[in-house]
Amino acid sequence: MAQVEIRNVSKSFGDVKVVDNVNIFIKEGEFLVLLGPSGCGKTTLLRMIAGLEDITSGEIWIGGKVVNNTSPKERNIAMVFQSYALYPHMSVFENIQFPLKNQRMNKEKIREKVEWAAGMFGIEKLLNRKPRQLSGGERQRVAIARAMVRSPNVFLLDEPLSNLDAKLRASAREELQQFQEKVGITTIYVTHDQIEAMGLGDHIAVMSKGKVHQIGTPKEVYNNPADTFVASFMGSPPMNLIEKDDSILGFRPENFVPIDMLNADEGIETLEFFVTWFEDLGSDSLVYGNVKFQSSSSQKHVVSRLQSRANIKIEKGKTYTFAIKRQDLRFFDVKTGYKKNAH
Amino acid sequence: MLRQDIKRMLTKNWMDNKKLLSAIMITPAILYILIMVGLPLILAIFYSFSDATTGSSDFKFIGLQNFRDILEDPIFRKSLMNTFIFTFSSQIIVLILSNILAMVLAANYRGKWIVRFLILLPWTAPISLGTIGWLWMLDSIFSPFDWILRYMGLLGTQNALLGNMSNMYWLGEPVYAMASVILVHIWRILPLSTVILMAGLSSIPHDLMEAASIDGAGFFRTFFKIKIPLLIPIMSISLLFGFVFTFTDMTVVYVLTRGGPIHSTQVLSSWAFLKGIEAGDLAHGAAIALFLLPLLACVVILILKLARRTEVT
Ligand SMILES: Nc1ncnc2c1ncn2[C@@H]1O[C@H](COP(=O)(O)OP(=O)(O)OP(=O)(O)O)[C@@H](O)[C@H]1O
Ligand SMILES: [Mg+2]
Repeated sequence: MAQVEIRNVSKSFGDVKVVDNVNIFIKEGEFLVLLGPSGCGKTTLLRMIAGLEDITSGEIWIGGKVVNNTSPKERNIAMVFQSYALYPHMSVFENIQFPLKNQRMNKEKIREKVEWAAGMFGIEKLLNRKPRQLSGGERQRVAIARAMVRSPNVFLLDEPLSNLDAKLRASAREELQQFQEKVGITTIYVTHDQIEAMGLGDHIAVMSKGKVHQIGTPKEVYNNPADTFVASFMGSPPMNLIEKDDSILGFRPENFVPIDMLNADEGIETLEFFVTWFEDLGSDSLVYGNVKFQSSSSQKHVVSRLQSRANIKIEKGKTYTFAIKRQDLRFFDVKTGYKKNAH
Repeated sequence: MLRQDIKRMLTKNWMDNKKLLSAIMITPAILYILIMVGLPLILAIFYSFSDATTGSSDFKFIGLQNFRDILEDPIFRKSLMNTFIFTFSSQIIVLILSNILAMVLAANYRGKWIVRFLILLPWTAPISLGTIGWLWMLDSIFSPFDWILRYMGLLGTQNALLGNMSNMYWLGEPVYAMASVILVHIWRILPLSTVILMAGLSSIPHDLMEAASIDGAGFFRTFFKIKIPLLIPIMSISLLFGFVFTFTDMTVVYVLTRGGPIHSTQVLSSWAFLKGIEAGDLAHGAAIALFLLPLLACVVILILKLARRTEVT
């Protein structure tokens, strides 16, 4: 167990800077999610923390010590690789016990621990199989079990659930989080799935093109995105962003509703909404369309999310008056994309 | 069937016809094996049951008499013994050295291409030429090794570690001669074996090594628990080649010692050649040469089975 500090860390491959001056502080026992689109440098950052990749500049601290020049073994971390990296010639049992054998733990204890880890992730029946005899999802669980069987300083997980089906993923997420809470080991979890990030982390660090755009609790990141990138990355569908005068106006689809659903006393902004498309998702429906400002002639595409039980009749091709509470409006700078304080 | 194929060949694009194309492609290989390997083999089997000599064109079959003769011949027994010593000791050393070399060559360091080049060089020279070079280096009077030993004071003076003679007579002393033949043979086949192992090493996914280092495995555990097990299939192939090659090759022995001194380095292949070709006794030569065929076939089957059983992916 240890805290992890990433200070001004950069990484270049030749001329290409793939991690750019990243600063993250992760408290002891915290669960941090690194979130960002494919190719933004998440794996590279994780590999630098693990000691598999040299650090071009900056410092990484684990447990109060600079680890820039220590080997992965000395850092005492456990990692789940994006590619699983299971040992193909070993059975599942041998795979999971490998880290324990390296610690020269006695046989009885190893068996106990392996069975515990296998039970935890529902792979007890697979212990005698070889990795090639497993499905993708089963391999992933073996890889997680192999990491979890130890008591390392830090857990590093690189998209460990990407190969599970939606149902299994949800339950694995829950188990993983409960497990982490119980053992209280500092965890860094990489994903490009923002729904997963929202559900898992104590904190989320949102990355793009090697830079960290925002670090905060899931709520903060969702409700108060630091810039237009975070705003457009979080949420599905993401925040509506429309340019108005010298700023970009942002509002979440679920906050953009027919005017009669809001209390006009609260301070609202109204927009004429021309509906072009309608999608029923069961509990919610998504309404797509265009809004028009008095000040400009161009139309802006936006989305609204309505709860089905609100029972609102919306038809394609018609115009409705929609509104947003002022407190739910966000403003961003047109040039930099950074958040501006409300007018 | 074939007529249909030919018809289709004329009407359609015959390159798209897999059956016909594969038949055309494989025919030269089959012909080659039949003519260059099958025919001489059958001829040799013929001879081994006859009393043929190079001196006359008529011969008659005499059953297993040749095999009875060679088994009673002490030189044959000596050669058989030497063949096993020669093969096993050289293969064990090659196995160890090629593993070490392959790891060194696969590592990343400055100037590694020149090291690779030098180690692979023996494979590029004709075997007999290289061996003639060794013949000079092991010369009874001019051997540079002796010169170095004398310079270091290990040879040629009173109380010197290796004796007070001025030379070691590498190829003149039975034990040294055997050691020399084995060493030169190792020099000869080490490059191939190393290259095969390097290919094997580079086919191990890099993230397995990384996972092992994160799982806390040190150098030796990574080597013995990850690398070696993953290399076993390709190692057994390399060993298979080495075994068959060493059992059947006579170049090094023939050039360096011609089996001497007093047959102390004689192996079956060189003895078969000396007896069958140089002495003209085709029948006995063929019997000697064929003696190990069943054994070699067994070795091949065994190693192929081994490679199959440990197959990974
Ligand atoms: N060894 C390397 N040499 C050169 N470029 C590399 C190397 N490794 C990664 N990159 C580049 O660095 C960038 C970040 O890669 P990285 O693997 O960290 O992305 P990621 O965020 O993990 O993406 P994904 O979600 O697809 O796994 C990519 O553009 C990639 O092409
Ligand atoms: Mg990645």
